Amino acid sequence: MQTVKMVVTGPFAAGKTEFIRTISEIDVVSTERKITSDAERIKDATTVAMDFGRITVDEELVLYLFGTPGQKRFDFMWEILSEGMLGFIVIVDSSRPETFREARGILDTFRGYAETPYVIAANKQDHEDAWSPDDLRIALKISKEIKVLPCVANDKDLVKGVLLELLYSILETMDLEGAG
Amino acid sequence: MALKGNLHDFSITQLLNLIHLARKTGTLAIDGKRSAARASFREGKLVFAQTDTLDSRLVGMLVKVGKITPDQGKKIPTNKTDRDLANLLVQAGLLTKTELDQMVRNNVKDVVDRMFALTDGLFRFEPNVLPEDRLWAEPPINLDGIIMEGTRRLKESERLQEEIPNLEVTLRFTDRPDAKLRNVNLSVDEWRVVSYINPKNTIRQIAQANSMSDLQIRKIVYAMLQAGLVEVVQPAALPAPAAVPGGRAAPPKAFASNEEKRSVVNKLISFFNR
Repeated sequence: MQTVKMVVTGPFAAGKTEFIRTISEIDVVSTERKITSDAERIKDATTVAMDFGRITVDEELVLYLFGTPGQKRFDFMWEILSEGMLGFIVIVDSSRPETFREARGILDTFRGYAETPYVIAANKQDHEDAWSPDDLRIALKISKEIKVLPCVANDKDLVKGVLLELLYSILETMDLEGAG
Repeated sequence: MALKGNLHDFSITQLLNLIHLARKTGTLAIDGKRSAARASFREGKLVFAQTDTLDSRLVGMLVKVGKITPDQGKKIPTNKTDRDLANLLVQAGLLTKTELDQMVRNNVKDVVDRMFALTDGLFRFEPNVLPEDRLWAEPPINLDGIIMEGTRRLKESERLQEEIPNLEVTLRFTDRPDAKLRNVNLSVDEWRVVSYINPKNTIRQIAQANSMSDLQIRKIVYAMLQAGLVEVVQPAALPAPAAVPGGRAAPPKAFASNEEKRSVVNKLISFFNR
């Protein structure tokens, strides 16, 4: 059986766990614990290590989704997780502009690990304060070749859409490499 | 004359017992195959310990307990001893004496816990040598409990060795984990192991990639086997080892060709489009 993996990353409380939980066929294995830091009190519990979800495509192929820890102090995990990934998704809480700078930093860090295709998921689009994907693109300084996609992490169709767009991006990158 | 020998012949538990009973003062240095450790005792009680796998400097401890970030840690001047730095922090009200003592004691116990995993290597006890500039456990830690815990661990180690005798086998995620995966909480170390699970990586390679002892990896793998998260791939079914130079385990990936990768991506696209 072949296993492939995608990494779901993004700032603290951006919706990574929910995203994986929505699409995974197994209960997402996540390590959550009570928050003690004032800065992180926006969420009652946070992911200590990472989330892990599984999607069985058929008898021969399984896709694993790995969510990265939200907090900076776990960033030692990122490089380990990024090894061998097919692509990655940066989830951004569109309603919290104070996290955009961090999202950009995470994106740059992951791009440094591997030249792997990625997409940006503009999460919490159902929130009244959410920035639109177009505004988010500008705020995060995302080039036009990279997809910034609307997302609501507990909406299965939108989550599927994000994964599909990442897969299309992977094919497009392969085509470009093949042409080059 | 220094007390010295090999852990093969005289175990950590036996050494601690000797130090405890003889109420020795001095420092025990161990040079294992994979790591080194030191522990200091005053009149048979543990006051200090350090290993190369755990930062026992005050800054390292403060980072570990989340008092400061690694970046803040880097900015702290390195020309002060741990004792001087601790005094400054306590005087400035940034740390209470109780917090400091608790942190040091926990760290010393953590290190000694790791020492029990050392089963091979040279040891040497230097009488009356103590690390005067380092922070000591206050009050000193009685070895009774530690020796008892060590003995329990030794038995656990033997049992784990029976459960997972061969570290050259590989692991894969089980096909039917859903029934048992509910409420499974994994530690950072366990997640490190999870990220390397792949039928191409042996358990030993995963341990090496994560700087874990045989006991540590056996414990984690055993817990995962019990939780139904993973299963052992029998050696007969092993593909060629996927170790990369340096002995590091290979990450979960592997496309023999671009065609294969394209086929996988197309398969995923069809799946999500259903």
